[in-house]
Amino acid sequence: MRQTVTCTVNGKTLTLDVDVRASLLEMLRAEGLTGTKQGCGVGECGACTVLVDDMPVDSCLYLSVWADGRAVRTVEGELRPDGGLSPVQQAYVDAGAVQCGFCTPGLIMSSTAFVERHAGKRVSREDIRRGHAGNLCRCTGYGAIVDAVERCLKTKPE
Amino acid sequence: MFDIRKYRQAATAAEAVRLLVEDPAARCLAGGTDVLVRLRELHPGYDNLVDIHNVAELKPIVLLPDGTLRIGAGATFTDIMESPVVRECAPLLVEAAASVAGPQIRNVGTIGGNLCNGAVSADTAAPVLALNARLRLLGPGGERCLPAAEFHTGPGKVALHPGEVLLSVDIPKDDRQGWGGQYVKYAMREAMDIATIGCAAAVRLRDGRMEDVRLAFAVAAPTPVRCPAAEAAARGRSPDEAAFLAVRKAVVEDVKPRTSWRATAEFRLHIIRTLAGRVLAEAARRAEGARA
Ligand SMILES: Cc1cc2nc3c(=O)[nH]c(=O)nc-3n(C[C@H](O)[C@H](O)[C@H](O)COP(=O)(O)OP(=O)(O)OC[C@H]3O[C@@H](n4cnc5c(N)ncnc54)[C@H](O)[C@@H]3O)c2cc1C
Ligand code: FES
Ligand code: FES
Repeated sequence: MRQTVTCTVNGKTLTLDVDVRASLLEMLRAEGLTGTKQGCGVGECGACTVLVDDMPVDSCLYLSVWADGRAVRTVEGELRPDGGLSPVQQAYVDAGAVQCGFCTPGLIMSSTAFVERHAGKRVSREDIRRGHAGNLCRCTGYGAIVDAVERCLKTKPE
Repeated sequence: MFDIRKYRQAATAAEAVRLLVEDPAARCLAGGTDVLVRLRELHPGYDNLVDIHNVAELKPIVLLPDGTLRIGAGATFTDIMESPVVRECAPLLVEAAASVAGPQIRNVGTIGGNLCNGAVSADTAAPVLALNARLRLLGPGGERCLPAAEFHTGPGKVALHPGEVLLSVDIPKDDRQGWGGQYVKYAMREAMDIATIGCAAAVRLRDGRMEDVRLAFAVAAPTPVRCPAAEAAARGRSPDEAAFLAVRKAVVEDVKPRTSWRATAEFRLHIIRTLAGRVLAEAARRAEGARA
């Protein structure tokens, strides 16, 4: 059972022949985009978070064929053309929000969507926590992650 | 890889019905947040799928000319939370949608999947009962409408006939206009947790008294339930402490909580009694501000 999927991944148009049984996570990793991680595989941890049409989804629970006609963004695509970090990625570095790093690609994508949706709005730390409730991190205790997002929202977008 | 054995995509609800009739062993796949988890856990009975994920006609949320609020079965929790008409007409459904899981699941999981999955803990189940919603179903024989109270028939069981697809959740004007409502989910964590108890209430006032009262619970019995005894205890009374005390007493007759690893039956009953009074009181308070 195979199907052709045409979608953009990080701005690049791809036409792929995928197994309908494959998750979007499996499709992306097979394309060499191994930044996106699998933790639980059942929607609990958010390590596999990618953006589909700018909305965070758990790619482990999302069929690859559903990406047809849509725009997918992964952590690799957040790098600037010159190889620099995105503002969200830089804020994570500055805030010390990365320890083992396994949760980080998923969290970066949740934060990216959150910052894009809330640019210019007043947001509390509680709002940031709620907006990241679908991502687990076993190392940092979340404080530094909330700091990073708060900093991004305070600095002007590029 | 998901262990899918047979997979077909439907472009319309009618095509989904045709595919389900053709193969009675098949089931719908909407957002997949229940189905794909079951597949991962290798449950039998989920490997033959009719994919309705992209059926556009199931997605809209609209106010019909007669004032009925129609929420497509394929509307996601995020769609519901962000819909201006649902915010205006059925805020308790917004509260229920916002209480589900985290953003990623809410962006994909649908109200149709939440109800059709039949879980007693489904967060939209109690609000749909309190709103007295009608479920519009399409089957091989055509369309029919079922009151929400007749939909859940047992744990994990719903009244879908073979080949039927849920089209929409309809809330007639008279069941939403002038009402105040609230949904409260009691869970151990504030996010990413299944309800220990879910409570929805809707109240309509007349001359300061609770003329119409609806109270519904999730996880309080083998299926989501309305509470006729508690409703009768409140009906016709002014929304004061004495009335809510009567509700807390009466609600015991309406529920049958059980013990699970999440909570004991005694603890659930305590939460049920507490929420029955508190959520009805808030619904009544909101009804004061509601436009008739
Ligand atoms: C991590 C995680 C957390 C969760 N947290 C919550 C929570 O807090 N509260 C909660 O209530 N749920 C929760 N869920 C469960 C799930 O997200 C919801 O029940 C969701 O609404 C299911 O919708 P879906 O579109 O994903 O359904 P699917 O998985 O696609 O389908 C579910 C069932 O409904 C049937 N179905 C779907 N649509 C139709 C239709 N239109 N007509 C006929 N049958 C149909 C399918 O055949 C299947 O049996 C959680 C799930 C996960 C993975
Ligand atoms: S791997 Fe997808 S949510 Fe955990
Ligand atoms: S940094 Fe280790 S899980 Fe988040």
